[in-house]
Amino acid sequence: MSQLAKPVIDADVTEVQAQVRPPALGRWGWLVLAAFAVYAAASMRWDWLASYYPKLLWGLWTTLWLLVVTTALGLVLAIGLGIAQAAGPRWLALPARVFCTVIRGTPLLLQLWLLYYGLGALFAANPEIRQSALWPVLRQAWPYAVLALTMSYAAYEGEVMRGAFLGIAKGQLEAAQSFGMTRWHIFRRIWLPQAFRRALPTLVGETILQLKATPLVATITVMDIYSVAAQVRQATYLTYEPLILISVVYVLIALLIQRAFAAFTKTHQTRSPR
Amino acid sequence: MSSLSILGLDLGLLLHDGWGEALLTGLYRSLSIAFGAFALGLVIGTLAGIGKLHGNALLRQLLELYTTVVRSVPELVLILIVYFAGSDLLNAVSGSLGYGQVEINGAAAGILVLGVVQGAYATEVIRGAILSVPVGQIEAAQSFGMTGPAIMRRITLPAMLPAALPGLSNLWLIAMKDTALLAVLGFGELTQVTRQAAGTTKEYFTFFMAAGCLYLIASLISNALSHRLEAWARRGLPKDVRA
Repeated sequence: MSQLAKPVIDADVTEVQAQVRPPALGRWGWLVLAAFAVYAAASMRWDWLASYYPKLLWGLWTTLWLLVVTTALGLVLAIGLGIAQAAGPRWLALPARVFCTVIRGTPLLLQLWLLYYGLGALFAANPEIRQSALWPVLRQAWPYAVLALTMSYAAYEGEVMRGAFLGIAKGQLEAAQSFGMTRWHIFRRIWLPQAFRRALPTLVGETILQLKATPLVATITVMDIYSVAAQVRQATYLTYEPLILISVVYVLIALLIQRAFAAFTKTHQTRSPR
Repeated sequence: MSSLSILGLDLGLLLHDGWGEALLTGLYRSLSIAFGAFALGLVIGTLAGIGKLHGNALLRQLLELYTTVVRSVPELVLILIVYFAGSDLLNAVSGSLGYGQVEINGAAAGILVLGVVQGAYATEVIRGAILSVPVGQIEAAQSFGMTGPAIMRRITLPAMLPAALPGLSNLWLIAMKDTALLAVLGFGELTQVTRQAAGTTKEYFTFFMAAGCLYLIASLISNALSHRLEAWARRGLPKDVRA
């Protein structure tokens, strides 16, 4: 428990915090954007939108649910990984640390392909799994996408949570102990809420990074908005239009994430603990 | 040849059938592209970071657009846009000069597209680091009669190093992992080679695990080196003051 007094969160934390400074667009910025919008409307082809918009909306829906589900699952897992590393016994702390290091040290695309092709081939070769009730789910691509994205978010945020747990002042926990709280009580009512508040600013950055990771699932046949755009590109031979359209969509989602977190932080961090 | 097997992973394939060398060649390509992209990103980041702080309103806003867009649009999309825009531009230039179509070298294209992405993140890191240099140091330099560029070169850039290094080493790790995205464009780097090897031999686990180990080793070595570098850059500074 002597580690508890360590005052600083990881360098990564301040890093991500620095990353999510909201954009400061002034007159010139909007002017440039408007000029580009006029150019795009006037001299690019957008007639394909009429026939592809249902597919695009469906792809957008896939992107959004993937983002929300994997972020939520990953966050729960990250809390476990964080506390295991910060206060767990060795046999829990070590695997958690190895998990975070391995996931953070290898490309997500590789992890995704390992799960989809490797695990998928293993499952397909196993007659017991092929005949089980889970097979109709396991033969699809999305479970592997959800698994890979969840693990990725959990590993990156788990590292942040570790620092956040360690950053809570030891006196807080000792005070709770002296009040006769049980360990579970202390965790739930003292340690986790404060650690979570400390980690809150990094969540924005990590969630935007998660959004940016979602199009990788297109490489394992999940139909997200990126793969719909790729389809449009192949069908219409238009290089830039579909890519520009989804870029705008991604920027809007990222801004939305920033706004949502800012609103959440405002309502939930009225008294910042020091 | 597949007698050597550990945990069900067929190591004979890696050792005897030439796939091991193919993976190592892929790793070499990945690392050289990552290094090039990181260096390009550093140049872009330094110039753009200075531009964001000292440029005129139009330049500052253009740079703001650049960093905002790159940091919220997925790398996969950016890589495609930069790749197609870059090759179109190059062909337009060479066409107007009368050279006709140009075939772009894969590694150069990879460095260019990843470098543009890295540049946006590096801009923010370096901008933040420059801001962390105490104003007094810059004022002292001014009172010695140093000009703007001299102050930048001799005071600001060296003094911001401790603040910039953690972010930059993070970026190097990202650069290494982002080279995997070039597999989607079909460049022959580590992930692409791995997919080919796995697809040919149907030994998915063996090859993806092997490639994972290579990436992990590269990451761990980079981590150790960057810690030493950070310690060196922070020498003489008080402990635990993170700029």
